[in-house]
Amino acid sequence: MITIVDYGMGNLASVQNMFKRIGAACEITGELDKISKAQKILLPGVGAFDAAISRIDSIGLRSLLSQKALQEKVPVLGICLGLQLLTYSSEEGQLPGLGWIPAKVLKFRFETGSKLKVPHMGWNEIHIVHPNKLVENLPEEPRFYFVHSYYAKAEDDKYVIARTNYGHDFDSIITNGDNIFGAQFHPEKSHKFGMKILENFASL
Amino acid sequence: MIPARVIPCLSLVGDSLVKTVKFDNYSYIGDPINTVRIFNELEVDELCFLDIRASVNNTPPNLDLLKQIADECFMPLSYGGGIKDFETAQAIFSAGFEKVVINTAAYRNPRLIPQLAATFGSQAIIGSIDVKKNIWGKYVVYINDGTEKIAKDAVEWAKEMQLMGAGELMITSIDKDGTWTGYDLDITSKLANALDIPVIANGGAGNVAHIGEAVNKGQASAVSVGSMVVYQKKGMGVLVNFPDRKTLERELARK
Repeated sequence: MITIVDYGMGNLASVQNMFKRIGAACEITGELDKISKAQKILLPGVGAFDAAISRIDSIGLRSLLSQKALQEKVPVLGICLGLQLLTYSSEEGQLPGLGWIPAKVLKFRFETGSKLKVPHMGWNEIHIVHPNKLVENLPEEPRFYFVHSYYAKAEDDKYVIARTNYGHDFDSIITNGDNIFGAQFHPEKSHKFGMKILENFASL
Repeated sequence: MIPARVIPCLSLVGDSLVKTVKFDNYSYIGDPINTVRIFNELEVDELCFLDIRASVNNTPPNLDLLKQIADECFMPLSYGGGIKDFETAQAIFSAGFEKVVINTAAYRNPRLIPQLAATFGSQAIIGSIDVKKNIWGKYVVYINDGTEKIAKDAVEWAKEMQLMGAGELMITSIDKDGTWTGYDLDITSKLANALDIPVIANGGAGNVAHIGEAVNKGQASAVSVGSMVVYQKKGMGVLVNFPDRKTLERELARK
């Protein structure tokens, strides 16, 4: 069972739809006792960093999620803002992130007059830096749907699975090197390419 | 740079898909669910649904239909039409759509976009402006499916929407809608130059060259396509289709 954590931020129906299509059992819940039994955790998220972190803290999720991710080592996948929450901190907010992956979140800054708009919104490629089960057997010419104004920068190359270029390279899939993963794009909105990633996650 | 998004934009009236010409002359296209299944298989970049009579008829969005659509689609989805308040927008997000298109309500209730942006983020809000040229060639802004003129300059109104918190701006030329004659490049580039947020050009696409023009001359970040992806050719029967990705990439790369 994959537990999609409902902390009040994000488009949860889409993630659930895709797991249904894959045939992976999943549930959407914000209840602590259900999350405490999770075998896999999907952390979605759309919105602002501090708003998400304060929600997580106010419903008492931080220590439970840390217990699951760091002690029990259940597979965790953060999507979009969900990835950013896995890091130490974000330029978007003041509150500390979950801090499970040594990385920081920075804002896209382009010179005035640059043709690059912020947010980075649209379909883009990923370049795999370190092969990982999560990105195995992707269909040809994979592309993914991104919407974000902030991006992750890992402290060390070894935490990076894939990078994407928008003005400059940024880390689009990161990991703690073990059971915790973050994807900056929306696999649930990325056709068969995203479906493969969620399928890989479901079979970890 | 990332490739500009090409977004089929489908007009709903009740439970049916229709296509209009200059916001009038409705033709029946088909059943929305069958059509979105085909677009999903064609792996299009994004889909937009507009219930074009919802504001005029004061009807709420058909949430059951939207849920069914979201179940079939693994791509970004937007919906517009009759979203007057926060709760309606919220229900659309819960149905599995990630963007709402706000046009008439942005004018009637200037607090709506700021309120939505604060909760769901700017990326979830597409401000939408419909324009028609008057006999002196000046752009006039219309709301309510092109039935009501408002005293706003298109560029200024677009900037206002950006300030309110819209994350994208869709500009539709009523004169071009359904004509297959190409986008209104003039108003598209005016908006693209005046705004920091992505501009979606809408109305008039007849072929991939038009898409290339909207992006390279009109400086649109995305284009919306209607007739050319639901008809075989101009004046011919319904055929849901989408340009080949390689052809599109070549056209978009042309300067």
